[in-house]
Amino acid sequence: MNEPFLQVRDLKVHFPVRTGGLFVGQYTPLKAVDGVSFDLNPGETLGVVGESGCGKSTLGRAVLQLIGATDGVVSWLGTDLTSLNKKELIAARENLQIVFQDPLASLDPRMTAGDIIAEPLRNYRPTLTKAGRRKMVEDMMERVGLLPRMINRYPHEFSGGQCQRIGIARAMILRPKLVICDEPVSALDVSIQAQVVNLLMDLQRDFGLALLFISHDLAIVRHISHRVLVLYLGKVMELADKAALYATPRHPYTQALLSAVPIPDPTKERNKDRILLTGDLPSPINPPSGCVFRTRCPRATSVCAETVPELESAGEGQEVACHHWQD
Amino acid sequence: MSDAPIRDSRPGANLSVPNAAALDKAADVEGRSLWQDAFRRLQANRAAMISAIVLIVMAFVCFVGPVLVPWSYEEIDWDILEATPPNFDTGHYLGTDSLGRDLLARILQGGQVSFLVGILATSVALVIGVTVGATAGFMGGRVDQVLMRFVDVMYAVPLMFFIIILMVVFGRNFYLMFLAIGFVEWLTMSRIVRGQTLTLKNKEFIEAARASGGSTASIIARHIIPNVLGVVIVYVTLTIPQVILLESFLSFLGLGVQPPMTSWGALIAEGAQEMEITPRTLILPAVCLSTTLFCFNFLGDGLRDALDPKDR
Repeated sequence: MNEPFLQVRDLKVHFPVRTGGLFVGQYTPLKAVDGVSFDLNPGETLGVVGESGCGKSTLGRAVLQLIGATDGVVSWLGTDLTSLNKKELIAARENLQIVFQDPLASLDPRMTAGDIIAEPLRNYRPTLTKAGRRKMVEDMMERVGLLPRMINRYPHEFSGGQCQRIGIARAMILRPKLVICDEPVSALDVSIQAQVVNLLMDLQRDFGLALLFISHDLAIVRHISHRVLVLYLGKVMELADKAALYATPRHPYTQALLSAVPIPDPTKERNKDRILLTGDLPSPINPPSGCVFRTRCPRATSVCAETVPELESAGEGQEVACHHWQD
Repeated sequence: MSDAPIRDSRPGANLSVPNAAALDKAADVEGRSLWQDAFRRLQANRAAMISAIVLIVMAFVCFVGPVLVPWSYEEIDWDILEATPPNFDTGHYLGTDSLGRDLLARILQGGQVSFLVGILATSVALVIGVTVGATAGFMGGRVDQVLMRFVDVMYAVPLMFFIIILMVVFGRNFYLMFLAIGFVEWLTMSRIVRGQTLTLKNKEFIEAARASGGSTASIIARHIIPNVLGVVIVYVTLTIPQVILLESFLSFLGLGVQPPMTSWGALIAEGAQEMEITPRTLILPAVCLSTTLFCFNFLGDGLRDALDPKDR
């Protein structure tokens, strides 16, 4: 695999936020994503975790260029998506799809399930006949576990899980190479979550697609991912193979996150050692100097306030951005 | 698949009742769209349904009726030459106006003009307003600024002044009036559509459409416009009476249709001059006009209730 599949280098997404000024606004950048780099290989799942507001969703949208990147490179099969014009970008999106968090909101309420699933086909396969399109839609509905005869139903007539299946069918119908899953299961019941995650894994195996799986649920990320990226305030804290990350988390933030995952055993759960983080997520408009995590880090020292920690290798397939990971 | 074979999840669908067998045979399950839902709610609203029926009957009578009336709207009965009460022998079922023209024929013809103005001018407003509003709202930024400032400028132009100038420059033309009224009425429509578009454009399904390779134009046509249509339809049914009233006002001032053609507004103006002698010539067209406006308002109200998003 010498050909880079998806390469993200130093990606930055800053939103201007008006912070003052009476007539002429004063704008300060809100650094939603600030210098994120990672690679993704064909057929691989990269889990992206982090707490609310850390830039997970923005990162996913920026990879698809649904939100313009401020700086950095999103290299897709060798072409930089950030440099493409509108037409080229639309052409490139044929292989890049997204599944959204809110199943109902991501479906047009005035369209039938069949029309929704067929929409990418209408855009990218305009020569397809109506019957051919319908056949493909029905096959895909069956594939994602929907009755093909529900093709004429409307989104509000489906349950949340079924709506998410429609969303997945729409993302998969063009057989894309990369699908961004933006918290695809967080709006669903636990039992439905498992079904949808397993469906995604099945589809990944059958179509050989790569997934960028954004979630705040560490258990699900552990189930589906090959590698995991931990984000905090728009920066990468740790990037590691799944086994390494869950067995030996190096970054204090990852350790805190993992210690917060409930264990389904009351005795163990009561006696486990929880790392409690104090304080709130700092404002991304005015992030702390040096290491962004230092204000809540139990190990922070003066060096953390002064220099930004770089990602450094911490063993096989594990990278961590912390001055004190060896302590 | 990880889960059990998918079965129809509706109650009773998997039970061994005859109904279930029938359902299994049905090739496709027909969904009920939001439009169909709204129509059902509208049907349950008696006032709105009666209004709709009255409007349809009135429009039908206005357009088909003149064929059955013995006199045409411009024909002067030279035997009479003055306002007379209803007379079945001469065929003036509602009497004549001061020039001896058949009042029934004139009311029907006036109704045609009023309905046409209402529908055509509103269509002009609809097309321009929805296009401009959806484009401005969806594109945002500079396009939005330019279009909305243009709307502001148009709002500032005095309506009467604008229409009088149009009439002077292009002459009094029947169709020009439709355009002139439509050009004025689209402003509010575009504002409403823009506002709706702004709330829609950040919805996830718009983002999904963009991710599925939709261009701006196709997203506006396929997703934005169908979703703002509910609000637009309500506004349309409330604009039609406004337009009819505006035309009546223009005709009252003598800026509307040209004699011998007439409209309800023109008839009311004529009738008002003789209301002390023959109140009939004022009251009859006035009743027709008010009934129509009343019905349109009721229908609009019913539609608003039926399409209310909170009810979905």
